[in-house]
Amino acid sequence: MTELFGLLAFGPDGWGDEIAAGLWLTVRLAIATLPFGLILGFFIALGVRSSEPSLQAACNVFTTIFRGLPELLTLFIVYYGGQILLQRLWGLFSDQYVEISGFLAGVIALGLVFAAYASEVFLSAFKGIPDGQFEAGQALGLSRLKTLRLIVVPQLIRLALPGLSNLWLVHLKGTSLVSVIALDDLLRRTSVAVGATKEPFFFYLVACLLYLALSVISAIGLDGIDRWTRRGETSRS
Amino acid sequence: MSADVAITEAPPPPPRKWTSARVAGYVFSIFWIACAVSCVAYFAAGYDAEFVSRYLPRMIGGLWTTVWIVGLSIVLGAALSVPVAFARNSENLILAGLGYGYVNFLRGTPLLAQIFLIYYGAGQFREALEAVGLWWFFREAVNCAIFAFTLNTSAYQAEIYLGAVRNIPKGQWEGARALGISDRVTFFKIIVPQAAMIALRPLGNEIILMIKGSAIASIITVFDLMGETRLAFSRSFDFQVYLWAALMYLAIVETLRRIWDRLEQRLTRHLVR
Repeated sequence: MTELFGLLAFGPDGWGDEIAAGLWLTVRLAIATLPFGLILGFFIALGVRSSEPSLQAACNVFTTIFRGLPELLTLFIVYYGGQILLQRLWGLFSDQYVEISGFLAGVIALGLVFAAYASEVFLSAFKGIPDGQFEAGQALGLSRLKTLRLIVVPQLIRLALPGLSNLWLVHLKGTSLVSVIALDDLLRRTSVAVGATKEPFFFYLVACLLYLALSVISAIGLDGIDRWTRRGETSRS
Repeated sequence: MSADVAITEAPPPPPRKWTSARVAGYVFSIFWIACAVSCVAYFAAGYDAEFVSRYLPRMIGGLWTTVWIVGLSIVLGAALSVPVAFARNSENLILAGLGYGYVNFLRGTPLLAQIFLIYYGAGQFREALEAVGLWWFFREAVNCAIFAFTLNTSAYQAEIYLGAVRNIPKGQWEGARALGISDRVTFFKIIVPQAAMIALRPLGNEIILMIKGSAIASIITVFDLMGETRLAFSRSFDFQVYLWAALMYLAIVETLRRIWDRLEQRLTRHLVR
């Protein structure tokens, strides 16, 4: 047992530092995806709610595609397809070889999937805001954009937060897929360690526990944010 | 009112303005149309009868593998979720703790890590598994995939069923007791039919997630739809196989969604006014 834990030591003869580096990449990837996915998801939700049929249809196509495709397939399509597309475009100017970065492909693919699910969360949150709020904004002479920014979005965040928290936990686990496109995340570093030490059960268990720890930490953090958004309500109860 | 009052026609509707939403909608729609057209053009340009006849039947075979792996895992997972849900709900603290740990471990870790843990981990315990006569099972990647999916979905399904049963108001139980109906009959005839309505939608979502999640079985060399696609790509380097796979996955997910809408309509038909 002790020699197993010895394998987790930091330094040249342990795998602790490699796995920690992988964990760090997983965290960075998950966080880097977040703004892209959230903003895109918000605009998709706005598009679905708009009265313009063409925009509605286009946004519905987006969510249908990215909620229907396996994340792994989306990742491959973005990674290999992006590679081919970039090569063709770049080939117009020069014949140098360009390579799409795995990290960027991961951010785009996971971000698209995240946006598709986030748009559903935003849509149901929009339903929780009474029409009177929009009408009151109009009555006060606020522009549509200002109504959205000053009146709707602050309430929307509070309503959407539980759904988004769930989505974040799903997304955190989804990042493990990038190990397949040779990005050195937690799971891939673990696989490398397994290849060298022939201790698959122990190392994959450690990886699972690290993912679990990430989930628990973010659940605590999200709970804190949730309480913060409700700070105006606490005096009532 | 004289007859010769000039009948004024309603003015024609004002032309629709080019609002920013409309511009964005047209641009986005044109983008999708361009994507579809270029996909079709790409298929047409790269069309090769031999290529299609070599890989398409294999991919359809892979699709079938995906469907039965997921179907089996969902059914076995449903069976396994019942004891898990009872453990979660138990008053025995140890049992409840075990249920809690089981569900949260499986829901808090990536399916990919779980599948690696089972597939590669089993290889490490080969002697022990051979001794108990289970090695033949864990030797096959497809069995490990089904095993991992079953465990994973049982945790999610346990939460779905438990949540649905807990959602039924207590008055339903009390009412049944007041009528002298036994607990067993109350559960199966009164609680389950109502809980089924609540559980149906999350269960449909879980099946869809499972279909999508099953793509990762291809990483441990199971030749499901994704596995066949990856094999075809690694042999031909022809990107269109990924687009075929995308269309097939979208087709199954959409079909399932339609079926689920029908089912929900049927289960809630007494609520429609």
